[in-house]
Amino acid sequence: MKAKSRNYYLIPYVLWIALFVITPIVLVVYYSFFNIEGDFSLENYQKFFTPVYLKMTLSSFWYALLITFFTLLIAYPTAYLLTKTKHKQLWLLLIIVPSWINLLLKAYAFIGIFGTYGAANKFLEVMGVGGKQILFTDFSFVFVSVYIFLPFMILPIFNALDELNPSFIDASKDLGASSWRTFSRVVFPLTLDGVKSGCQIVFIPALSLFMLTRLIAGNRVITLGTAIEQHFLVTQDWGMGATIAVFLIIFMVVIMLLTGRRKRGEMR
Amino acid sequence: MKRFKWSSLYLIIIFMVLYAPIFYLIFYSFNSGGDMYHFEGFTLDWYKEIFNDTRLLIIVLNTIIVALLSSAISTVLGVAGALAIYYARRRRTKNTLLSLNNVLIVSPDVIIGASFLIFFTMIGIKLGFISVLLAHIAFSVPIVVLMVLPKLEEMSTSIIYAALDLGASRLDVLTKVVLPYITPGIFAGFFMALTYSLDDFAVTFFVTGNGFSTLSVEIYALARQGVSLSINALSALLFLFTMLLVVGYYFITKKTSKIGRMGVRK
Repeated sequence: MKAKSRNYYLIPYVLWIALFVITPIVLVVYYSFFNIEGDFSLENYQKFFTPVYLKMTLSSFWYALLITFFTLLIAYPTAYLLTKTKHKQLWLLLIIVPSWINLLLKAYAFIGIFGTYGAANKFLEVMGVGGKQILFTDFSFVFVSVYIFLPFMILPIFNALDELNPSFIDASKDLGASSWRTFSRVVFPLTLDGVKSGCQIVFIPALSLFMLTRLIAGNRVITLGTAIEQHFLVTQDWGMGATIAVFLIIFMVVIMLLTGRRKRGEMR
Repeated sequence: MKRFKWSSLYLIIIFMVLYAPIFYLIFYSFNSGGDMYHFEGFTLDWYKEIFNDTRLLIIVLNTIIVALLSSAISTVLGVAGALAIYYARRRRTKNTLLSLNNVLIVSPDVIIGASFLIFFTMIGIKLGFISVLLAHIAFSVPIVVLMVLPKLEEMSTSIIYAALDLGASRLDVLTKVVLPYITPGIFAGFFMALTYSLDDFAVTFFVTGNGFSTLSVEIYALARQGVSLSINALSALLFLFTMLLVVGYYFITKKTSKIGRMGVRK
């Protein structure tokens, strides 16, 4: 019978999974057990639990949290208002377009805008605040990160809001709930899945940013990603870099489990 | 009426902030002064400089070749992957394959880059064109799978059975029934892979050697040295190119959604 013939498509695909998904992860874990001299040891793991690395991990989490928080704060109202516009798909497309522009170029633009004589400082001077050092500060780092992640947060929230059955809102209003109560008890809980996947899309990359920390934060902010890059490409201590990567993978899995959607909801 | 105005104002500000940096860059690419602060006069010198810079042109060519090759190969692999998941009979196999598929999508670029760097050095692939190409193929495959799979799932199985009943071979079913049906998904996947490859910085940065560079890596190297208006000119050109891709993608998806919707619309 033809129906029983084998699933040949599996061969290239499983080969790809084995080579580029499983092997690299196994290799990262394997390398994390070698110290800088190439001996097998748990030294890297001991090092990770010293104050230097713990502090770095904490600050990395703190920045990622800040970035996610502000992105959500700005993205939710944007997504909400977008669903109310005419031609909302077109507006949504216009929101997404900047995310297709090369990341490096956007970061580079902010070097100019936030520079000592840049547009942001001119604006401050006109406002009477006077020039300030903006580039290479925490503010510029968080601002640019929020700028970059904004479309990725808006998209899932927009989709969740768009799928929301409007009769729920009418029902809530008919039953005498105020606008705020309708939002906090009906709209927000029903779009929580979108918020969660948005946070997941932002938080994990925010933990591992390394290009922005160098260009915008001027090496002041060290995230887990920066540390990995530093160990792999600058100090050539692959073992330690791999160890940090292992922890980053663990954090990532934990975050995904925490924000993961229940499978049942997705099946419809 | 008043509330409506506030909400439009908010959206206008968001749109302005989103687009301002891009137009700021493009605006200063015509500046005859050497910085992004004082606009002295209109010039096209920076564009001329780009087109006279052979090294940069080679890098642009590299980037395009890597993008086209990697998205073509990953489209083939991705379609095979989507078919493999689609034809998997047991639910558990399906779910396992899907989760493994998504690993590279959710992994941060740094992890993908670092692990590929270890992998390529271990099996002895010289860092350069081949390693970058392989890395780009690897991270584009899951995207293609995700773009093609919904098209497959939406296809009615009775078409396949009808083809088989009418005496079509398995190959016929694939080339004459399944592939034509999922073509829009394949195109969307190819476009997505293309943009991912063109945009990628982090993974390429890890697996590129000394001799080989793509645009993103080159821009990073230039930007670390400070402001140079040839980057602005380059970004203006890239912006135009991206816009062309977006318009192309928009028309492809628009065409498909018209076809697709006929069945879905109530």
